[in-house]
Amino acid sequence: MASTPATAKGTAGDTEVREARLTPDDRRALLRYMLLMRATEERALTLYRQGKVPGSFYDGRGQEATAVGPAFALGPRDRACILHRDLGAHLVRGVTPGRVLAQMMGRATGVTGGRDGNMHFADHQLGCVQMVSMLPDMALVTCGLGIAFQMRGEPRVAMTWFGDGATANGQWHEAMNVAGVRQLPVVFVLENNHWAYSTPNEREFAVDPVERAGGYGFPGVKIDGNDVEAVFQAAADACARARSGGGPTLIEAETMRMHGHGAHDDMSYVPKHMFEEWERRDPIRTYEERLSADGIDVEQVRASVAEELERETKWALEQPMPDPHTATLGVFADGDPELGDGQAPWSRWSGEEAGDS
Amino acid sequence: MRRQAIPELTYLQAISDGLREEMRADESVFCLGEDIGAFGGAFKVTDGFIEEFGEQRVWDTPLAENAIIGTAVGAAVEGLRPVCEMQFADFISCGFDQLVNVAAKLHYRQGLAVPITVRLPSGGGFSGGPFHSQNPEAWFLQAPGLKVVAPSTAEDAKGLISAAIADPNPVVYMEHKHLYRRVKGEVPEGRFQTPLGEARLAREGTDLTVITYGAMVLTALEATDDLDGASVEVLDLRTLYPYDRDAVLASVRKTSKVVVVQEATRSCGVAAEIAALIAEEAFEDLDGPVVRVTTPDVPIPFSPPLERAVLPQVDDVREACRELLAY
Repeated sequence: MASTPATAKGTAGDTEVREARLTPDDRRALLRYMLLMRATEERALTLYRQGKVPGSFYDGRGQEATAVGPAFALGPRDRACILHRDLGAHLVRGVTPGRVLAQMMGRATGVTGGRDGNMHFADHQLGCVQMVSMLPDMALVTCGLGIAFQMRGEPRVAMTWFGDGATANGQWHEAMNVAGVRQLPVVFVLENNHWAYSTPNEREFAVDPVERAGGYGFPGVKIDGNDVEAVFQAAADACARARSGGGPTLIEAETMRMHGHGAHDDMSYVPKHMFEEWERRDPIRTYEERLSADGIDVEQVRASVAEELERETKWALEQPMPDPHTATLGVFADGDPELGDGQAPWSRWSGEEAGDS
Repeated sequence: MRRQAIPELTYLQAISDGLREEMRADESVFCLGEDIGAFGGAFKVTDGFIEEFGEQRVWDTPLAENAIIGTAVGAAVEGLRPVCEMQFADFISCGFDQLVNVAAKLHYRQGLAVPITVRLPSGGGFSGGPFHSQNPEAWFLQAPGLKVVAPSTAEDAKGLISAAIADPNPVVYMEHKHLYRRVKGEVPEGRFQTPLGEARLAREGTDLTVITYGAMVLTALEATDDLDGASVEVLDLRTLYPYDRDAVLASVRKTSKVVVVQEATRSCGVAAEIAALIAEEAFEDLDGPVVRVTTPDVPIPFSPPLERAVLPQVDDVREACRELLAY
């Protein structure tokens, strides 16, 4: 399968986009966040099987590149609504693995303090708004973030992720339409992992969603969602375009959900050859091979991630459960807690251009 | 600063006035909804707004209610104060998901304030039929995280729209269409707020209390104005969530007889909630059963005699009060 390099230039009229450059440190960071996502989710699955994670368990195995790549393009003052298969995006924005594990175990110091479970979290102090289970509701919230930037004339971007199944829902249309009508500074990342729970693409839509973008008045680009640099490049181009007033972009990142919808799902409905094909395209292994060929010490990154995860797991397991007396608190806000800025590890944001987001 | 009274605004003008004052005072306040700009809104609440504030702050949205509420949530968490208009309260069903699943729960789940106001032109009495006459307030009482207000006077219409915009939570603002041009009253100039969660004694009395809100405040006042010499108290709830428990219980303890009136349909409504509170907290103070006057559990019919037959009328309230007074 050919991956089309994302060049928003080709579809964005005369809006100039910057070339997104990655330094060796950036590339190490991309690998590191993907490894950290996988390691954290593997550890969480172990904790789930040990009975330490209540409720159900969802992960994004195989989708590490579609999680990490787009988030890596965001500047500190950009905002994001992240989906439940995209732990790596939270890690990029600065959520620590320990807080993630505490979250999954329902601990008091988890990101939601036990108010919500599994991957239903976001740290607003890092510029993220928490997803709900109804999909793709957050696409509209993301448009609202974009409206705020647009009204204030700020060169900022709102990004969101959703799946292939979500494109069948009416709110997807509402979001695409609003974004197109107002030419909002929004980046939509469609993770086409081929399965909406057990329902394959051909039962979700008759026309590939990326082809629908033009119908809403903005470009769509389709890329190999397992190639982290391709995803990053597409997102960086889309962000640059949005930031300069060029409007929204739909990025369709083609990938594969290598685990079930949840830990309870044995995926008996997926043909074996799909796993084999996508296992060969594993986003982490293929990137490691690429970086090694370029002389980057992959083992060092792996070792540092393993060490970090041990430390974070130990911390998470020491965390207390929430006090039951707090269960009814916080239904209403007393003040106006606001979104803070997220971590933005891409070297661009610490360089001379860092001031413009 | 002392507020100056000006003569007579209609309920509708009072809403516009409050909204305009807030938009003038705070650049972060903006309106969004269908046909609110060039047309000034289906009921003209935002008439002249687009000329004064421009199309960025008076956004004629596409016909998409989830988009109206969902984008308002996003703008609100980024520091703006959106005021959404549902063209009719009935259409909130099309935006319900964003309201109850996203807006209502965000603070509890994430600690993030969602200061949005959602205006709902509600209620019947003018042959609007099943989709332009509903009173859906009870839907929101089952969605923790939403505040719900329902003014009945021009002054409260203005004071509550300001309070709703100032509140850091999603506030559902029920504006009864039948009151728009029927109710007039003195409304203070300038910005002021009617506090959320505080009921208003529309009339003091000692023999019986009618507890109600919205358009039924007028109905209750008319029904009990001259009721065989009985002294009837009328309590206007104003805020339906969180409602004024103290005011309800104080009035029950004073009169010992209660009729609860709502225009909404009967089951599990505000009246049922008030009756349950009284049963739990003031049982010993009662001298008779708590009586409800409501629309029966039926869609609102179109034809005038049918609609009159289901919406609570002055005579229905009068009859209920007479029976309870004689109990």
